[in-house]
Amino acid sequence: MSNTYYDPADLKKFGDIADFEPELAKKFFDYYGDVFAEGELTVREKSLIALAVSHAIQCPYCIDAYTSDALQKGTTEKQMMEAVHVAAAIRGGASLVHGVQMMNKAKKLSM
Amino acid sequence: MSKSLQAQHHDLADKTTQLKILSNGIFGEGKLPTFKKKLEPLQEFPLKPTSIEIFQVNVGYMCNQVCKHCHVDAGPDRKEIMTRETMEQCLDVLRNTKIHTLDLTGGAPEMNPDFRWFVEEANKAGVEEIIVRSNLTIILANPKYHDLPEFFKKNKVRVVSSLPFYQADKTDRQRGDGVFDKSIKALQMLNEVGYGREGSGLFLDLVYNPSGAFLPGDQMALERDFKKELKEHFDIEFNSLFTITNIPISRFLEFLIRTENYEDYMESLVNAFNPAAVSGVMCRNTISIDYDGYMFDCDFNQMLGLKLDKSAGQHIKDFDLQKLENRDIIINQHCFGCTAGAGSSCQGTVA
Repeated sequence: MSNTYYDPADLKKFGDIADFEPELAKKFFDYYGDVFAEGELTVREKSLIALAVSHAIQCPYCIDAYTSDALQKGTTEKQMMEAVHVAAAIRGGASLVHGVQMMNKAKKLSM
Repeated sequence: MSKSLQAQHHDLADKTTQLKILSNGIFGEGKLPTFKKKLEPLQEFPLKPTSIEIFQVNVGYMCNQVCKHCHVDAGPDRKEIMTRETMEQCLDVLRNTKIHTLDLTGGAPEMNPDFRWFVEEANKAGVEEIIVRSNLTIILANPKYHDLPEFFKKNKVRVVSSLPFYQADKTDRQRGDGVFDKSIKALQMLNEVGYGREGSGLFLDLVYNPSGAFLPGDQMALERDFKKELKEHFDIEFNSLFTITNIPISRFLEFLIRTENYEDYMESLVNAFNPAAVSGVMCRNTISIDYDGYMFDCDFNQMLGLKLDKSAGQHIKDFDLQKLENRDIIINQHCFGCTAGAGSSCQGTVA
């Protein structure tokens, strides 16, 4: 057992989650595969969305996986960084938009 | 990088050092299965040829570029070059067999002083298809090469050119400063004489290889991107895009080791092993010939010094179709590069 919470080698063991519960794992991985298949969005667009979300949820495994995946799909580094800024903008915006709630409450409480 | 590994006296310029790395380490310790282990359950070991259709002749390792991933370790400092006498021996084989394709590679094959003679003679010998693997920038490197597009056209040569990306940044990082702009100019020159234009009968294909330690993406998707971007920005047209996996030998192996990507890259190749790609690997229908006339299963084996199985004859002067078609193909762990994902060959994916 590792003495840190994150180990890069664990990413390759993702499929092992099936060892404890195979049926749900199968459902999840089948669904996962379908989600990332070419659809109305291209596989590259989906890869960039996944990269942005990985940063929003700050998942190191996902960041590793979707950096490789995006490069493999022919994405430029600039496109990848733009996707990260989209995540950052939404995260920043999500904090700031709560400022309205703060203002509402402050106004209500204040004379 | 401006010098070959050989000129730098780098450890990895040595073929046996490369083979040791590929045979030992993660493969020797059993962390990853060897290529042989993956072929055995498929009843594909020893790997056998189908019929020989392509003659891939490496006319010399000299090149005007020093690309970071080059499996040949080519460059301006490499002097190995095929003589006209060896070319004659190749022509004899082409005259007396049904091999339909002559695939010329290097280095920059155009730098061999007998390159044009060889192409003309091959046409006279009745070869159905002549391919030149051009780095594009050679066309602009010296006034004596400016008429190459016309020469290719006159001799109905199929031009296959490397262009790792449709933007300058990634291309130049892999192939050298300024390479992208020159490549674009050369592609426009080829288009001008009709190459890549619909109905011209003159074929211009591009080769994409990843600009780093990752596998190529989907060939059709990348072709669609390349066609759109090159047309929109540079009014360039071409026929097909071939995606090729970087093979872990020579300079690309040096890159993998230096950047500590070697083990992960090999693991990604092994994990992506596709049994369906095994039947289409190019060593099954190709013979590779080096500047000295020695024969190999492929250009990669040539660079690793893995000559053909002795019983098949090792030199072009001993060419014997029957023996060659019955030989055992020499394999090692670099072969995982050709069987990963959709597979990889000099004509792109195979599965």
